[in-house]
Parts: sequence; C-alpha cells; structure tokens
Amino acid sequence: MRAAVVIFPGSNRERDVCAALARATGYEPIRVWHRDATLPETDLIVLPGGFAYGDYLRCGAMAAHSPIMREVRDRAGKGTPVLGICNGFQILTEARMLPGALLTNRSLRFTCRDIHLRVENNQTIFTCGYMAGETIRVPVAHHDGNYTADSDTLDRLEDRGLIAFRYCGPNGEMAETENFNGSARAIAGIFSEGRTILGLMPHPENATDPLLGDTDGRAFFDGLVGALQ
Amino acid sequence: MSGRSNVTPALAAEHGLTEEEFERAVAILGRAPNPTEFGIFSVMWSEHCSYKSSKTWLKTLPTAGSRVICGPGENAGVVDIGDGDAVVFKIESHNHPSFIEPYQGAATGVGGILRDVFTMGARPIAILNSLRFGSPDHPRTRHLVSGVVAGIGGYGNCVGVPTVGGECEFHPSYDGNILVNAMCVGLARPDRIFYSAAAGPGNFVVYVGAKTGRDGIHGATMASAEFGADAGEKRPTVQVGDPFTEKLLIEACLELMESDAIIAIQDMGAAGLTSSSVEMAGKGGLGIELDLDRVPVREPQMTAYEIMLSESQERMLMILRPGSEVEARRIFEKWELDFAVIGRVTETGRLVLRMAGETAADIPVGPLVTEAPVYRRPWRRSDPEPEIEPTSLPDRDPLECLERLVASPALASRRWIWEQYDHLVMGNTVKRPGGDAAVVRVSPSGKALALATDCTPRYCRADPVRGGAQAVAESWRNLTAIGAEPIAITDNMNFGNPERPEIMGQFIGAIEGMREACLALAYPVVSGNVSLYNETNGSAILPTPVIGGVGLIADARHAIDLALKRDGDALILIGSTSGHLGCSLYLREIEGNESGPPPPVDLAAERRNGDFIRSEIRAGRVAACHDLSDGGLFAAIAEMAMAGGRGIVLEPLPADLPRNAYLFGEDQARYLIETQDPDAVLDAARAAGVPALVIGVVGGVSLTLPGAGAISVDALKAANEAWLPGYMAPG
Repeated sequence: MRAAVVIFPGSNRERDVCAALARATGYEPIRVWHRDATLPETDLIVLPGGFAYGDYLRCGAMAAHSPIMREVRDRAGKGTPVLGICNGFQILTEARMLPGALLTNRSLRFTCRDIHLRVENNQTIFTCGYMAGETIRVPVAHHDGNYTADSDTLDRLEDRGLIAFRYCGPNGEMAETENFNGSARAIAGIFSEGRTILGLMPHPENATDPLLGDTDGRAFFDGLVGALQ
Repeated sequence: MSGRSNVTPALAAEHGLTEEEFERAVAILGRAPNPTEFGIFSVMWSEHCSYKSSKTWLKTLPTAGSRVICGPGENAGVVDIGDGDAVVFKIESHNHPSFIEPYQGAATGVGGILRDVFTMGARPIAILNSLRFGSPDHPRTRHLVSGVVAGIGGYGNCVGVPTVGGECEFHPSYDGNILVNAMCVGLARPDRIFYSAAAGPGNFVVYVGAKTGRDGIHGATMASAEFGADAGEKRPTVQVGDPFTEKLLIEACLELMESDAIIAIQDMGAAGLTSSSVEMAGKGGLGIELDLDRVPVREPQMTAYEIMLSESQERMLMILRPGSEVEARRIFEKWELDFAVIGRVTETGRLVLRMAGETAADIPVGPLVTEAPVYRRPWRRSDPEPEIEPTSLPDRDPLECLERLVASPALASRRWIWEQYDHLVMGNTVKRPGGDAAVVRVSPSGKALALATDCTPRYCRADPVRGGAQAVAESWRNLTAIGAEPIAITDNMNFGNPERPEIMGQFIGAIEGMREACLALAYPVVSGNVSLYNETNGSAILPTPVIGGVGLIADARHAIDLALKRDGDALILIGSTSGHLGCSLYLREIEGNESGPPPPVDLAAERRNGDFIRSEIRAGRVAACHDLSDGGLFAAIAEMAMAGGRGIVLEPLPADLPRNAYLFGEDQARYLIETQDPDAVLDAARAAGVPALVIGVVGGVSLTLPGAGAISVDALKAANEAWLPGYMAPG
C-alpha cells in the first residue's frame, strides 16, 4: 500500500503520521510538497495536522485554495481515499470536500490532552479496525475543532452513517462535559458520502507507540492499511 | 559621514548610556558618534547585550565537562550524548516585553530561543518554560497569565515543537515584573554544529527570513532598565511574532545546513542586525560592510538607525561560502522567505554601513566588543534569617494543612496551563508535563532526554548562596527521579537592579551557590541568560536563578514517573529528615510567615542519594519515584497518590519531631520511591550509606495517617485541580 502525505508550509504533524503509516505498512509514505502540481499514483492521500500557511485566515482556508488541492479533489473524485487529520480536516471542510465547518473550541483555548471517542460506524476502510460502538482513547491538540453544520446536514450525516467518531466518556457514555470543544452532536470526525474521505480532529497517529502511552490509534492504521491492500 | 553629530551626553543618558560610557565611545571613534553609531553603541553596551554587571561573576561558573562540545558564548550550549548525537539547548528571558504585552512578549520569547537553537544546526525538539507571576489577588495577574500562556502556546503549537514542561509560581514580588523564561532543546550531529564567527574576507553576508520593520526598536535597552509607572507606554518596543515564518525559517535553514554552504550563522535577536553583525565580525576578528539599501524592509523610508536597531522577528544573518549563493537562494525561495546579499566580510576590522551612497556608520568592531564596559558593582551579603524552631509553631491538623496546601496557588495543578501547549507533536513525548521532568525520545533506539526547569526564589532571597545551590540540586534531583543521568544545565539569572548592593549581593551569592553545586554534581553550565532590572519603583523581584536541566536516559522504556502503580507496594523515603520548616511553603501558606533560613544543602548527600536512586531504577526495583521539594514529604506523598489514583496507609510518625515538621519540612536530598521489594532496597541503601525508611504501603483510596485520620485521594485531586481553572474562569 502506498500513501502520500501532502505537506503545506506550516504542516507540523507530517512526521507523526508518516511514522504511524510506516509502522503499519512497513514503508515510508511519499511526501508531496504543496507546490507540486501532480500527485504520484497512490492508494491513500493524507492531509496532516499543523497550521498550513499559518492559518492566519480561517484554519485551512488558504490551503484549500492551494494548487495541490485541485489534484487532491480530482483524485478523491476518482475514488482515492483521503484522510484529513486536524488541520487536514479543517482544510477538507474549507475545500467543501466535507460538509460543515470547524469553529473555535468552546473554551476559546488550544487544548492538548487525551480524550475518548466512540466509533460510530466501523463499516468503512478507515474504521474497520474497530468494533462498532468501541471506545478508544487518543489525543487531541487543536484550537479550532468545534464542529458545526446546519441541522439538515447533521441529520443527513446521522441518517446515512457518515459520523465516524464522537467525543464520549471513558466508558463510551455521551455527556456534554465530555464534548470538550463543543462540537455539534459531539462529532469528532465525519465521512464523505462515499465514505472514501475521512476528516477527524483527534490524532490517532499520536496513539500508536506503547512507549508514548496510548496505542488505540494502531487499529486505525492497521485497519486502513489492511482494507487498502 | 551622514547624520549630524548632534548626540550629547544628555541624549546618551536617555538611551541608557552613562556619561563615562559615552566618553568611551567618543574615544573609540576619535570623534562624536552620529545617531546611528550612537544607537549601535547604546544597544551593544546595554546590560542585556553586554552583560556588563554580570560578566565578572558568570565567568566563575563551571562550564567544562567530558561531554561539553560548546559552552557559554555561542547561541546555545552543545553537549555530546553519544552515538553521533548532540543536544543543543539554552534558556532565555522575555520578562520586560511580556509584562507590557503578554501574548506577543511570551510568543517572541519562544521564537527567539528556537532561533538560538536551530542557528547552531539543531532541529528543535522540545520547549520548556519557567514563569513567575504576581499575587493572584493583583488585578493584572489573571490577564498576564492568560496572555503569556496563550502566547507561548500560540507560537510553539504553530511551529510544531512540543512544549513539554516548565514551572509556574505566584508571589507578590512579581506584581510589577513577571518572569517569562523559555528554554529550547534541539538535536544535532556533533560534527555539524554551526557557529557565528565570520571568516573569509570577501565572502557574502546574507540576510534571510522576514522583512525588517519598525518593531522592537530599543527592546534591549528597555530590558536593561527598571520600569517606572509608565511601563505601558513602552508597548512599541515589544516585537510581534510570526510563528509561521519561523517554521519556514527552521525548515529552510536546516535544509541549507545539509550542504556545506554556511560558514557562519547568527540569528537576529536582541539589538537585531546590530548585534548579529557585530558578533559575527567580532568573533571572526574581521570587519563587515553592509549596504543597508539591500536590507528587505517592511516599510518605506526606514533610516539606518531604525534598520540597525529593529528587533523584527524571524530573521537570520549568514556568511556563505563563495559559489553557494544560488543553491542557498533556491532553498529560501522554495520556503518563500526573503534572501538578500546585503554585504561582505572585510579585513578592516570595522563595521561599515552604507546607505543611499553615504557612509551611515564606521565603527571599529574590536573596541566596540572588547572595550565594552565591565563593572564590579558594589555588593553586600544578605543578612542571615533567624532559625525557625518547629516546636514554637502551633500543632495543626496535618490532613487539613495538606488539603489547603495542594489546593493553594503554590501547589495547585498546572494542567490548565500545559493543556494549552501541544506537548505531543513530533511523536516523541515519553513523559508528559506534570511530573518531575519531561522525557523526550531522541532516537529509535529509545535513547531519550529528561528535561526540567527549577528554582525556589524564596530560598534565594533568604540565603542566595544556599538558594543558588538548591536550584541546581533540585534540577539534578528532578532528572534523577526519572532515572536520567543529569548532564548539563542552562541558567536564567533573573534579578533586580544590580546598581543596588543588596541585589548585586543576591546575584553574586546565587552564582557562588550554583558554582558549588555544579562542581559537586558534575553538572556544568553550557549556556545562559541574565535579566537584571526586574524592579518597579524600587521594588525588586525575588532573586530567581532558573535552572534548565538536561539529563540522558539510555532507554526511555526504563524511565520512571511519580504515579503510584500497585497496591501492596512499599513507599520508601530516601534521605534524612530533620524537619526544617524555615522558609518552607508550609510556613508561608499555613502560618503566613515568609521568614527563616532555607534548608541546608548537603551536596555530598545529594550526590550519594541521587546516585543511589539511579542505581535502584536501573536495577528495576523502582515502580515510581518523586523528589521532595515544596511542601516536603506530605506534599510529595499526595502528588504520587493523586498521579496514580491510589491511596497510602502511612506508618506511625517518628516521635522525636513535631508531626508537621516531619511531614512538611523541606530538608533537601530526599526522594520517595515505590517498590515491590522493600527489603532489597533497604539492603542496598544500607550498603550505600544512604538513609532509607519504609513510611507506608500503597493501597485503598485514601491517605491514612495514624492518629490523624484519612483523606480521600479523589477529594485531594479535586482540590488540587480546581484552583487554577477556577481562578482563570471568566467573570
């Protein structure tokens, strides 16, 4: 399985996701610089975390208009899976490849800590490493992860099984106190209509190494790599 | 010469130069300086850039060691950590700007220290900080905490370097002068370290990074004076940070450093283009000629004075090997950064600036550097504090005291702060903030660094020598408690006005104590920074010599933390306890008394006990370990219990000490360890001549103290976690 990680000026979690992919696949992913007009042939495109172009406008707004994103959109249209993590999720919403938007966290502060997620739908290439309803523990690190969309869109996401993960308590319980960033319906990640695009705010790539603590992100990458092989 | 020579001694005084210093500048030039030259002299001879009050004493610190590759004097210290790796690190203050404009002041403090480290050829891998704020009751404190923390996070999070540790304290002496010290740690190859000495007359001087604006002009001079009541009016001297540009600059510089294009490199920090060009020329024993018309500027009509004194951020100066400009320009253009050849290295030994066809300045570099003023300011030792007799204090309920202490601003959890810092990016954070030290992996083999910042300013006020030694010893202990071998430190000397003999005495005393401890613990100083004049209206901060410590761990899988792990394990106290309550947190928080001498520091005991801890960790007998500091034994027990979510049943207390002296005394050189095999630990301790005593057993959900009752760990944790978020909550 070949993965390409798109690097924008200001991306800063590309190393983390490359390490997680390399662990799962045995190969270093291809790193693609944002000014490259074309993407190599690849089984997976990853938009990593960071602050693309500094995010001085809305998060992801500049990157969504970067030349490489035309290519990403084109490939996605032809069925190549796209994974956007954190800033990557913000870019995907700004590029209208996923619905909704990510507002500033309810606390108005950057938050870096472990949180719990409930796997809402495991019938996708991205989540097939988990059981449906499973609770996993992974870190978040963002300032603008408060997912929002109009209620029709939210209903549609729910009805069609396009919600990937929700913030929950350690035992999977849904409580407003666990929805730390204030996301609509506690949404932490969503799929595209065809379930070939996933955007999520948490960082499964930072939960793949037992030395660093959490390992619940391993099944994410193992499942994804297995599904694409 | 352009510019009229209308600089007078009176104007000089306004810019922080004394009449004598002004006369010295005139003598060096052989004429009166023009305004640009005068500006250069005034910043280069500012306390901040020249270390004129501190230099004599800093030189007495031990800086050598078998691992030391580069000690103080360069942008950062460099220490060999084996296997072809070197760690590059430094701490630096941004106190004055952060008080005036907390977000930008703190953010640019982080930016500056990152540049010091990657300038040496190192990729930054961790950031730490050491913060001091005024009393929580002071009306500005909440605003300052909020801005400083957001600024540190805003910069570090965007740049993508994890902020893994630090410390934060509150005391009224910082009401008018907060401290924001930032430390950066980077990783390099020992054979690929970059220095700042210019070489090769005729070589190009290249400017890279962001454009030069009018921000930060005279920041170094501001940082070399006391605040008056008009501190807020100094806002234009605070720089504005752009972490995105810094991120690009890091990547571009490190990419260029893969080639052999760079002969010398220096970041533009305090005093901007002035200090970077003077330092490069001075260290190389050469001259530099700059064409200021070629400097990329943000605003039109900037004068030579403004360009030379601007402290705009995210800029670097380099000397390139002939023929490598094309490749270098390609890299910087790829990263969309300015790249401009702005001058040449010369043999003249002079800094010559040209602008609009005229000579804007012409100064001999050697005398500017070597004849910079150095002062041995008058000083006097602090009077010793009277001993505090523990039996003279009321016997209070220890559990109630403990609950008050862990809930107090002094010991309350700092989670609200460090959760605003991305402490995980780069995927190497083995031990996160909140423990004795952070641990960051540096190699796939598991090799890791342990990092911590420490200082106990109340000790330093009461007895500067003891306080200086204690700061070093506590740093060494914090790294030891993780299982690391402490290898070197960086220091940030934060003091008041050195022109007052009692302040100068504090400085000299702290250096003396640090020196003794560094020698005894083989823990050299490899870099550092001095911040003086932390005073407002004649009222100084507590003397605060912050120690940034770096330790080495061969395999991070064997790193220890403070969280209790297993019910049934024994808790063993290592080190002797005499119940020293003078200058303790207990005395201050419970009795409202800040007097008394700090605990004595027995460096031989420190060494012996610390070496013992490390050998026990290596032997695999230690499940958790914590050093004893603020709040003494009982605070340490509570912290271990809260971190692990487990209770402890304590043994009966020794009868020969008042119970609260035993529980809250701050005797040094002590640790607590959790072990499954107490007999083996006690045997080993006896053999090593180290005092060791089983003081309790892990288990249950409470701290149980015979004769005093019990307190639930959950309740303690709730109290400990509540204060800071509650204090910072809006409204």
